[in-house]
Parts: sequence; structure tokens; C-alpha cells
Amino acid sequence: MPASALLEMRGISKRFGPTQALDDVTLVVQAGEVLALIGENGAGKSTLLKVLSGAHRADAGSIKIEGKSYLPRGPQAAREAGIAMIYQELNLAPDLSVEDNILLGLRGSVGGLLIRERQRDRVRQALDDVGLADLAPTEIVGEQSVATQQLIEVARALASDAKMILFDEPTSSLPQRDVQRLFEIIERLKQRGLGLVYISHFLEEVRRVADVYSVLRDGRHVDSGRIDDVTDPEIVSKMVGRNVDDLFPVVPHQPGQKRVSVRHLQGDPYPRQVSVELREGEIFGVAGLVGSGRTELCRALFGLDPNDGGEVRVDGRRVYASVGMRMRAGLGLLSEDRKGEGLAQDLSIGENITLGNLKKYTWMGLLRYAKRDRVAEDLIKRMEVKAHSSHQAVAELSGGNQQKVAIARILHQEAEILLMDEPTKGIDVGTKAEIYRMMGGLASQGRTVVFVSSYLPELLAVCDRIGVMARGEMKEVRAAADWTEDEVMVAAIA
Amino acid sequence: MIKKLLWQLFPFLAFVVVVLLFTLADMRWGQGKFLSAYNWRGIMSNASLIAVPAFGMTMIIIAGGIDLSAGTALTLCGTVLAVMLKVLPDSTNFAVWVSIALVLMVSTGVLCGLINGLLISMTNVVPFIVTLGTMTIFLGIGQILAKESTVYAPSENIPDWMSLCYTGRNVDQYLVPISVPGLGAIPTSVIIAVVLGLLVAGLLRYTVFGRNVFAMGSSESTARLCGVNIPLTRIATYSLAGFFIAMGGLLYFANVKNGNPNDGTGKELEIIAAVVLGGGSLAGGRGSILGTMIGALIITVIRSGCTQLQIPNTYTLIMIGGIIIVAVIVDQLRHGSPEWFFRLITKRANHSAKSF
Repeated sequence: MPASALLEMRGISKRFGPTQALDDVTLVVQAGEVLALIGENGAGKSTLLKVLSGAHRADAGSIKIEGKSYLPRGPQAAREAGIAMIYQELNLAPDLSVEDNILLGLRGSVGGLLIRERQRDRVRQALDDVGLADLAPTEIVGEQSVATQQLIEVARALASDAKMILFDEPTSSLPQRDVQRLFEIIERLKQRGLGLVYISHFLEEVRRVADVYSVLRDGRHVDSGRIDDVTDPEIVSKMVGRNVDDLFPVVPHQPGQKRVSVRHLQGDPYPRQVSVELREGEIFGVAGLVGSGRTELCRALFGLDPNDGGEVRVDGRRVYASVGMRMRAGLGLLSEDRKGEGLAQDLSIGENITLGNLKKYTWMGLLRYAKRDRVAEDLIKRMEVKAHSSHQAVAELSGGNQQKVAIARILHQEAEILLMDEPTKGIDVGTKAEIYRMMGGLASQGRTVVFVSSYLPELLAVCDRIGVMARGEMKEVRAAADWTEDEVMVAAIA
Repeated sequence: MIKKLLWQLFPFLAFVVVVLLFTLADMRWGQGKFLSAYNWRGIMSNASLIAVPAFGMTMIIIAGGIDLSAGTALTLCGTVLAVMLKVLPDSTNFAVWVSIALVLMVSTGVLCGLINGLLISMTNVVPFIVTLGTMTIFLGIGQILAKESTVYAPSENIPDWMSLCYTGRNVDQYLVPISVPGLGAIPTSVIIAVVLGLLVAGLLRYTVFGRNVFAMGSSESTARLCGVNIPLTRIATYSLAGFFIAMGGLLYFANVKNGNPNDGTGKELEIIAAVVLGGGSLAGGRGSILGTMIGALIITVIRSGCTQLQIPNTYTLIMIGGIIIVAVIVDQLRHGSPEWFFRLITKRANHSAKSF
């Protein structure tokens, strides 16, 4: 008779108003196994995790941990049951030391007094286990790199004797080198007999770390099995519920005349002396490591950060570095930070879409809402945003749909030169394909698209030309066909 | 759906409940005059004293700011008016001099707002601290003007229309003759508040500026990304709020017929309370003029009701404070996740719950 599974969730259902977020979902994780939880945005992955952590209570279903029934009342309960979660946005107190963060929430005090010495071995052991033996426990967390912070979180989980760690998109903000390190740690945890759940949109990553997979679609459990038994296209078709024959759809377009000329653009400290020319009807890719100055280039181009030198000319005319002027010259920026900057979460979809260009709807200084709502509803339909109406708050939408709203905003702004900073970050495969198709469509209308991405396959497939950035400088620009992934990486770390 | 509507109506429901409680208490222990037209004219007149400056505060709070200097700025405006009317020279045309006094008073209010807006925009110091500083500065300037006492303007120097701006319960005198069946003539201060309220509400809802104010309060970085000129919008918001504070100063003067800078201390809290009771969020992005009007009414009803029941003023203060806290809690329930209450209990583990 086999031992009971580490985690067994059966028949989990959860309904939010009219939406059935989870419908009879089953998830089984064995000790010493990495399970990849796969699904589009809004498929119910986060809701399932929230049920597991106790943030939501399931309407139906049962959860068992090592055969014992488990009914979480909150994050503390999950932690006591040995379940740790590591999210995209890290949950560390940045001003506290590594040690204090690891011990946070652990009941290691004596009569209310925290005696650090008693806990130090535990802290060291945990840091050792995640390959951070060199890190002093007294270092301040906020001063460490994102990758190190993530490992500190893993160390915290280990220090609290977690039996199971759930990773939600852990690599989305990591440089390549650190991803490798994380995978090694995950492998080590697996050997130690922990159960791991790994959520990611990157199938090649899933293939590298996971043993088994479960696919969710529209709140239902669609399929699970051993990862070696399926092909990528099979997984993708299970995720989206139809065959996706083309992951990178290309809309034919022809780069035309010179549109934007950037000369010696200097920021503080990035970008550094960037000179580049953009043509109309072109998709220009910007590659480079996280922190290489790609985002800073976009912000400097849009006038959001001050330009310390150099010039930006649109159609031959020099444009002063202010958001207002650059917007009037036809530039539009899709922020990398969708939640914090890209969208005002409390405002309605319609308000978010039209905010950049409200003057369109004024008559004698007064706004005409009927007209505005009509245009917003129209854009919502065109972008296939899943929402009840334009009056719904943006915060209620899933990540992919929020991104569509953010894109709808720069379309509404009628931007001619679209600066898109990581437009596909944290977005499922189906929506990614839609975004590529839309970029191609914009280019075929003669608009210029600047496409910043950390995901090389999409850049190589979608762009006309690609420039690689390193340390704030634009190292090299070539036609996309003349680059290989390896060559881009070499240029990026040069 | 119905639940959502109820939440929206919360300030109004709170108002109804407060009125109901005082009516019952008045019938049992008081003189049974709480619901009389006479009493309500007084309540509405007093509410407008709070509501008018609170319109400006509503704009500021929606924009994500706060103005602690509103109270002393208001009495500074009143003091300027009092001083001008007191020193009225014999040789000058009365109407011209009053006009000059009014212009000076309004300019004072706008200037106070402008200073706040400029300081916040240029220094990036949080509004709470900046206005905490200007609050004391405005009080000091007022005391200099008033020579550290109260400025009494001779009654013959106060134009009739100005006195009629605030008449309290008085039925016979009004500036604009509008009556409502059952209530009689509407006090002029109430009409002024309603007209100004309609103007701000329209400004907030139907102009690009108004929407920019909401956007800025909801997410400043998003607004900047959308091309909203943040410093300009902020300065304009504070300056415009200064206008309403000056109008509040006019009503204050019309009420007490003198100028005492010290009266302003504490007024700002009443003004902020009206906005918060009306559903304004100190985190920015939320608030409404109608809500603020109701908020001002709630405060005044409690005050007036307690007076009639002969409850000592000290208890009234405690009651108002309690109601403000309850209102904010209910407001969070209304806008927060359903797990709000739950999160309160498991506060310690909150770190991991928040970022879902």
C-alpha cells in the first residue's frame, strides 16, 4: 500500500459571484517531486493557491496533508502545516536583517524575548541549504539582489520546517545566471524529499525542473501526467483548449522611412549615449539583461525621466523631454510595472483607457461620458478584454486582461511610436500570441513598435531589428535574422 | 447588486440612523422639538459652515493630499475681512471698499492654498507635514493682523447682504427668497453651500481637470504616465481649495461678525471629518461632494442633538470621534476584500497574505 501523498486536494470548488473560479479541481503532490501547475492567466491557479494558504475558503472539496485532513484558517495555519509560498513579489521586510527575516514568525522566543544566538545555527543551516553560505545573517535584506532575496525566502521556508514549497513565477524577474542557481536549489530540495509546486508560463523552464504537471483551464482540472510524456504543443493546446499551431504569429509588414532619430541620449545614470534610428512600420526589439538600462531607455525616450543629454527627433523635429511634448509627438509607453504604474487599479477600465486623451470628449470644457464609454467599450471588444463593462474596476481583472487594458490605453492615445516594455511578462501563451499579432498589425499600419523583452525566442521571432543593451549602452543593432540566441547573450554580458 | 447599492448609500444611511436616534431620544427625554423646521434651519445653516470649506478639502483628499492648515487659513480669511471692514476710511466709497475687502479675502484663501501646493510640489515633503507647518504660520499671521486679539468690525460697516449670508434659524431675513413647504424659507448659507457644491461636483465629474484629480489620487505614477502634469494639477487643486476655504471664511465672518484667528484651531479636523464621513479616502482617489455634504450634516446633527438633550459638550466630542472611526472602518469594509476582518485577526501573518 502506497504511503499517502504529501498534498491531496480533491474536488475543490470556489465561486465568486457569477464566476466559477474553481470547479472540482484535484491536485496531488508527492514528496520528492516537482509538480508544474500550468494554465492561462485566470485559469484558477492563484485561486487554488489561495485556497491552500487559507486566504480563501473553498465552497466544496477536501484537503489532506500527509493523509491528515487540513482546513486552513490563514497564512499562519498554512505555515504550521508546513506549506510555504514564494510569490513573484517577494515578502520580505527590506529594512530588517537576513536573520530577522528568516526568524520572522517563527516561535523561537523565550518568554517573549528573542534570543538570537539560540536561533543562529538554524539560520546558518537554512542559508547553507540554499547556497547562501557566504551571506552574513546580519546583512540588510533590501541591499541584496532580487535573486538573493528570493533565496532568503526559500531559506525562511526551510527554517520553518516546510514540507512543501510553492513557487509562483519565480523566474520572471531573475537574470539567466540566477535562474540556473534557483533550479539547482530546487533540485536539491527535491532530493531532500520536499514536495514542490512550480508555476510558470515558460514551458522550457517547466521542462527543466518539473517531473509531473497539472493543467488548469477555466477553473477546471484538464490534464495531468509525467512531463516527459507530452510535447510542448500538446501542453499548450490543453491550456488554451484549442490547437495553437503558431506560437509566434507574424503579420506581414514593411519597414519604411526613418521616423525617430535618437542621438547620444543620456540619462542618470542610464541610458548612456544611446543613438538609434527607428523606422515607420518597424518592430524594433531591445534585448539585454534585467538592469541593463532597457527600461531606463524607454522612460528617457518618453520623457518620464529627465534627459541629461542628447536629443530625440521625431519626423526630423526635435522634441523636448517632457511627457506632454513626447506624447504630442506620438510616443506612447506601456510600463513594465503594470500594477504599480501602468494602470490605476481603483479606477474603472474605461477611465484607465481614456485617461491619456480625455480632451477628445470635451465639449466646451465638459466631458461627454456617453461618447467616452462608447469608445472604451469598443476598445474593450477589439482587444477581447474579458470584462462585464467599461465601468468595472481594473483591479478585478486577471493579469493578461489588465495588460490588454494597458495596451488599449496607448492605442486610444493614438500613439504612433509605441514603447512596449516587457508587454508579455507574466502573460499566458494564448494572450502572448494575440499581443504579437497586434504588434504586427500596428507595424503594418505604418506605426513603430519598440519591443523590450527578456525572452529571446519572442524577440527573434517577432522583431525586424534587435538592439542589445548592456550597462546602459546600446551595444549592437542587427536585423533579427542575423542574430542567434547565443550571440545576443554574448553581446548582453559583454 | 442590492448589497453594493446599500454600501454606496452608507453615508446617507448613517445620517438617517443618527437623525432617527436623536428624534427618539428627543421624544423620550427632550422637548420634542428636534424635527421642527426651526431646529432644522439651524442644523442646515451650521452644516453649511463646515460643508463649504470641506468642498475644497474633498478635492484635496481625492487628489491624495490633506490640508491641516484649512482651519487657520479659514479664520485668517475671516480676520482679513474683519480688519478691512474695521479700518473703512470715511472718504472712500463703501461699495468699492467692500469689494476690495472681498477680493483681498478671496486672494488670501487662494494664496494660502497656492503656498501649500507650491511647497508640496517643489519639496516633495508629504502634505501632512507641509500643511502642519503652514497651519501654524497662518495662525501666526492672523494673530499679527488681529494684534493678538479679536477684530470687531462695527456693525454699520458690515453690508446687509453679508450679514444675511448667515442667518441661522431666523426666518424673516434671507438674501434669496426660496422656500420649501414644511420648512419655510431656506437660509442663504444653505443656498450658497448647495450652489458651490453643485459647481465643484460638476468640476470633478465633467472636466478633464476633475478626472485628472481622481487619477492623480488613485495612482500618481499612472497619471504621470498618461501625461497628466502632476505639479500643475496639485497646485491648482490646493489653490482652488483655497477659494472654498475663503468662502468658508466669509460664512464664518457672517456668523460671528468678528475675526478671531484662534477660532480656526481644530476647525480643520471637523472639515476633514466631514469628508471622511462622506466616504472620502485618505489614500486618495475616492470622495464625493454629496457625501461631504452628508458628512457635514451628520456632525452638525450630533452636535445640535446633544445640545438639546443637554448632553455636555465633552461627550459630544467623544461621540463624534467614535462615529468617525466607525465610518472609516465601514468604509474599509466597503472597499476592501471580504477577508478584511479575517486579516485583522491574523495580522502577524499578514505579510504573506497581502501580495496575492
